[in-house]
Amino acid sequence: MTTRQTTVDREHATAIAVEARGLVKTFGDNRAVDGVDLTIPSGCVYALLGPNGAGKTTIINMLTTLLKPDGGDAKVFGHDVVRETQVVRQLISVTGQSAAVDERLSATENLTIFGLLLGLSRSEAGKRAGELLQEFGLQDAAKRTLEKFSGGMRRRLDLASSLIVQAPLIFLDEPTTGLDPRTRVQMWESIRRLVSSGSTILLTTQYLDEADQLADRVAVIDHGRVVAEGTPRELKAAVGKATLNLRLANEEDAAGAMAAVQEVLGVKASTPEAMLVTAPMADPDRVTDLLVALRSERIRLAAVSVQDPTLDEVFMALTGDESKGGKPQ
Amino acid sequence: MSGQIVPGGSRKLKNRVSPQAVIGNSLTMAYRTLLLIRRTPQQLFDVTIQPILFTLMFTFLFGGAISGSVSGYLPIIIPGILAQTAITASMATGVQLREDMDKGVFYRFKSMPIARIAPLAGPLLADIVRYSIATALTFTMGYLLGFHWVSPGAALLAGFLAVFAAWCLGWVFALLGVLAKTAQTVQGISAAIIFPLGFLSGAFVPTETLPRWLQDFVNVNPLTYVVSAVRQLLDQGTIGTDFWLSLIGSTVLVLVFAPVTLKMYMRKA
Ligand SMILES: Nc1ncnc2c1ncn2[C@@H]1O[C@H](COP(=O)(O)OP(=O)(O)OP(=O)(O)O)[C@@H](O)[C@H]1O
Ligand SMILES: [Mg+2]
Repeated sequence: MTTRQTTVDREHATAIAVEARGLVKTFGDNRAVDGVDLTIPSGCVYALLGPNGAGKTTIINMLTTLLKPDGGDAKVFGHDVVRETQVVRQLISVTGQSAAVDERLSATENLTIFGLLLGLSRSEAGKRAGELLQEFGLQDAAKRTLEKFSGGMRRRLDLASSLIVQAPLIFLDEPTTGLDPRTRVQMWESIRRLVSSGSTILLTTQYLDEADQLADRVAVIDHGRVVAEGTPRELKAAVGKATLNLRLANEEDAAGAMAAVQEVLGVKASTPEAMLVTAPMADPDRVTDLLVALRSERIRLAAVSVQDPTLDEVFMALTGDESKGGKPQ
Repeated sequence: MSGQIVPGGSRKLKNRVSPQAVIGNSLTMAYRTLLLIRRTPQQLFDVTIQPILFTLMFTFLFGGAISGSVSGYLPIIIPGILAQTAITASMATGVQLREDMDKGVFYRFKSMPIARIAPLAGPLLADIVRYSIATALTFTMGYLLGFHWVSPGAALLAGFLAVFAAWCLGWVFALLGVLAKTAQTVQGISAAIIFPLGFLSGAFVPTETLPRWLQDFVNVNPLTYVVSAVRQLLDQGTIGTDFWLSLIGSTVLVLVFAPVTLKMYMRKA
């Protein structure tokens, strides 16, 4: 009985990559992180979203042992980030918001040194450096010092430096900021590959479509607190409103269709285009009534579609008020 | 990257760094410092240009005035330059450490599973190379100008003493580097320590020629002892009290400053 209990506990512990309870960090009288709880299941991509200064980087710094929390605690695969720093560091890799590579050395030298520090032999480190430069499209610039690198190249080297040894938990603070569209898509592929081979990813991003595309779960952070958490779908369902799009077969039916929407759904429709009538859709069930009403009015439809809410709407709704300026007291 | 990595939850890990890893990491960091020196050779000015320039300048400037001739002054000035170069070289330790700690790459070092002491130990190890260059160049300059030591063994021992003393003093400047906010601060404070220490010692003039009050200062200046020990080794090939005092003094310096530096560094790192 007891043995069984322990096995279950252990399985539970290993299934959770990050568990934070009541994390607090204050800088002077600024509560940058103000009681954050996070549970990140192992094997997923977890995104932190939030406006500038929300506290995302500070949360990451605490989870990666770079900053000591002023309150609360956090565990990485069951290991306390304050008491077991050295264990935690063996389980993570970090790509910070600003490049953490040596400007004065070449790309190869940077990667080789990181490899040696991670315990690779000289030849292994050199080989791994070559592989990564190839993978990140930097092989032509391998011998140049980074002073001559573009911002995006530096970013790519920074990411490569974090992948010398694949860590079970990978932190990426705005990994695609400053990357061109093609490199961004490559980055997404790399992230998916890392997850499929067993890593857990915690990332922050300013691009909501990126979170939508990549993240299994999202936490929206504002003023150092988690203001919403869930899968992108759940968040959108909770906050955003779906839009009903009616594309008309005949242009002259527009007025009739708008009247029908007003009557059946009780909301005001609009026509962004001549043959298109759109309306916020609160209750999908009532759409059937609307369609019946349109049929009886002999209004013919070319297409009917429902547009899901976007994460942008969720983000604006949850963090919008404060962005007008001024801190809540 | 093929196959699955070992899940984070089922890894058996120790919450400490093995002694082998401490040594390995420190050597890697020393290697990194040497790479940086190779990339920016200007960093070596203090251990190359300075010994050459100082030897020439002081010998021809003061040789006649102090000792009556250039060759007569060499036994005084060569040990002096040796000590002077060694301490100026050790001053760079602090400045470079501060600059390095402000660089973005330190953020990565801090999050990596490495010995936390390595980023500090590495540069200090690499410094031995810098001090050795300075010492070798000073000896070479002296030799070219016609200075002769009694035995190569004694010269080697004198060189070792200079390098060791510089390395020990390096810890004082390393502490400054760890504590100060900017590299300029380190530079300023270090210069204020170095100049009186270097010039108000027996490094450039025989102490007997100095006024009484200055002699008192010179006699408590630890550098004076290093200079005399080196002089005795080169002139007579013997080890005297000054040698032992220098060795003990330097060791005490390390024993006091290394732990404090380490502690302060760990607090920041
Ligand atoms: N070292 C520090 N000293 C003082 N204040 C800090 C420090 N680091 C962060 N802060 C403050 O903490 C708050 C949160 O900053 P943080 O960098 O975590 O935000 P963020 O969500 O990562 O923002 P961004 O999207 O701009 O990266 C901000 O008000 C910031 O000014
Ligand atoms: Mg940030």
